[in-house]
Amino acid sequence: MSGAQMVIEALKKEKVEVIFGYPGGAVIDIYDELYKNPEIKHVLVRHEQGAAHAADGYARSTGKVGVVLVTSGPGSTNTITGIATAYMDSIPIVVLTGQVPTQLIGNDAFQEVDTTGITRPITKHNFLIKRIEDLPKILKAAFYIARTGRPGPVVVDIPKDIQQTKGEFNYPDEIELRSYNPVYEPHVRQIEKAYSLLEQAERPVLLLGGGVISSGASAEATKLAEKLNLPVTMTLMGLGSFPGDHEQSLGMLGMHGTYYANMAIANCDVLLAVGARFDDRVTGKVDAFAPGAKIIHIDIDPTSIQKNVKVHVPIVADCKRALTRILDIVRRVKKPKKYWKERFKEWWEQIDIWKKRYPLSYREDPNYIKPQFVIEKLYELTKGEAIIATEVGQNQMWTAQYYKFKYPRTLITSGGLGTMGFGFPASIGAQMGNPDKLVIDIAGDGSIQMNIQELATAVEQRLPIKIIILNNGYLGMVRQWQGLFYGKRYSQVRFQVLPDFVKLAEAYGAVGMKITRPEEVEPTLKKVLNINSLVILDVHIAPEENVFPMVPAGKATTEMILV
Amino acid sequence: MEEKRHTLSVLVENTPGALARIASLFSGRGFNIDSLCVAETLDPTLSHLTLVTHGDEFIVEQIIKQLRRLVDVYKVVNVTEEKEYVEREMALIKVRAEKEYREEIFRICEIFRCKIVDVSPRSYIIEVTGDREKLQAVIELLKPIGIKEIARTGIIAMKREKKSP
Repeated sequence: MSGAQMVIEALKKEKVEVIFGYPGGAVIDIYDELYKNPEIKHVLVRHEQGAAHAADGYARSTGKVGVVLVTSGPGSTNTITGIATAYMDSIPIVVLTGQVPTQLIGNDAFQEVDTTGITRPITKHNFLIKRIEDLPKILKAAFYIARTGRPGPVVVDIPKDIQQTKGEFNYPDEIELRSYNPVYEPHVRQIEKAYSLLEQAERPVLLLGGGVISSGASAEATKLAEKLNLPVTMTLMGLGSFPGDHEQSLGMLGMHGTYYANMAIANCDVLLAVGARFDDRVTGKVDAFAPGAKIIHIDIDPTSIQKNVKVHVPIVADCKRALTRILDIVRRVKKPKKYWKERFKEWWEQIDIWKKRYPLSYREDPNYIKPQFVIEKLYELTKGEAIIATEVGQNQMWTAQYYKFKYPRTLITSGGLGTMGFGFPASIGAQMGNPDKLVIDIAGDGSIQMNIQELATAVEQRLPIKIIILNNGYLGMVRQWQGLFYGKRYSQVRFQVLPDFVKLAEAYGAVGMKITRPEEVEPTLKKVLNINSLVILDVHIAPEENVFPMVPAGKATTEMILV
Repeated sequence: MEEKRHTLSVLVENTPGALARIASLFSGRGFNIDSLCVAETLDPTLSHLTLVTHGDEFIVEQIIKQLRRLVDVYKVVNVTEEKEYVEREMALIKVRAEKEYREEIFRICEIFRCKIVDVSPRSYIIEVTGDREKLQAVIELLKPIGIKEIARTGIIAMKREKKSP
């Protein structure tokens, strides 16, 4: 069997249904095998960055490993932003890159680039195949490493001659790597310590991050929160891990978090953080983050613990297993629900005061469409059942604030790297993985132009994605910072030229619509949601609307600008 | 917080790129490498790497965890935390050896148990083995005579076994 055939056989063994890619000289042999194996669906993108984001969106929305196939040199370098995006958010993707023939490596050959060298700091692991004998084992390892432990992207660089060499295909069912042994089971003593802290707590908060979603621990987190009557806040990556419409949900915390979530964190005495890594956008000024709290931190990656904040009870484990163990104790101790209700009654009263004082809000304006209103309406009309991808910037934050994500894997957003141009190709992957679900990309007029070429891909695949552009003619988030902190010096944030998005949609064979008046929002959204093909809805919003609350960078999270 | 020197003993898969991965981890995360020494082990599939770094408690904890997180890293031991350990480094020092200095060079070599491994009319190459302090002492004493060139191996370290059974 040739190396190229082995790649296809390995994909079958891993039950890969769809891959995202772009052919080229150094992968032409694999593409030739793909031609003979139509059971593996290939989505031909228009730019390799789109392939990486699409595989990422597929992985985020399904929980399966996303697969990318690209050629050497520019094919590989074009995926870099996509790989880094997946790396920062711990998303399992396997990127197969072609490479020049082994004997040419290092010669500056045509379309040669040191792919493993370039991707080393942005992958969980990467491989350059040197011998055909290693290929099956390494492909197995790539999938195994990508999906286990703290998930992440893995690159496998396959020289052209290896693809053409024949060898034996011994694909192992199981693989063990002596140097890679993620810890899943929590330490019993630590779990007991965690529980006793919760038991002694007077003002506890449960903080959920992306790790809860990737480990499939939403049910356990929800159960624990409900049993113990804990207030729950989520990071951007954690949204959906606990129902956003639940009465115990305080929404998102951090830079654009709710007033009450940030106040609860600042005043809590026990913080149980699960699968969150205390990013600077979450903590603000670290010294002022949960200053009076004993912190329990559950994370599968030991490097996340004690990295940014000092933790009192570190628990290295899979979030799902750790929460299950805590629930075991809760069950054993058998305190009635009423007990916990009583116990945190005063704390909840305080939180309700904060909620009433500054709920999430915006000023309505009869002349302008407010972006928050668009998201609110969208939430109502979809009943929170859609998969929502976002771009990055104001559109992302308004979505995080006003769409109350009810289920895990329904918010597809670039949290760590903050990649503009991510949302639309990611929504292609999400729609491929969830053909029966409604997939919506909330975009800005800046972000959507960064991977607009993928319109062709989506139309070609007949994907009924809805793109809603919150169009303010600005790079809105930068403009907001310039407005608030740089004396309104709007440097290079105004587009002098924007395409006519309606015509653009039509040029690609999609449907385009535009609205400018608040009263058009609801009827048009209804119409858009009922069209069974790709739609771009260009929503002209209040041009200088800001995202509030906002914690200025480096400030304590209690120092919020509210309106 | 107090910055301290730490010697880490790292066993890593003997695969291409493993060393680059470790080096890029240090540069990418802004950690320091003071010295680095790589060699084979009895098991040809593993390499042994002795790495000297410095930083406060939290940084060193992060360094060790980040190293362990690498898929190719098999084992990391902070040798400095072991109470009893042996640390050695070797240096080759090419020193001016005109007639009038030879007596002094011999004396220094005898005191520090160094070896003269190459002799030419104008210079000697001296081999010295020991801990950092000893090497530093020899270098300081030879400096006034005139050091032409130094090559050092970087530190290797090993934990001592318990003295009582």
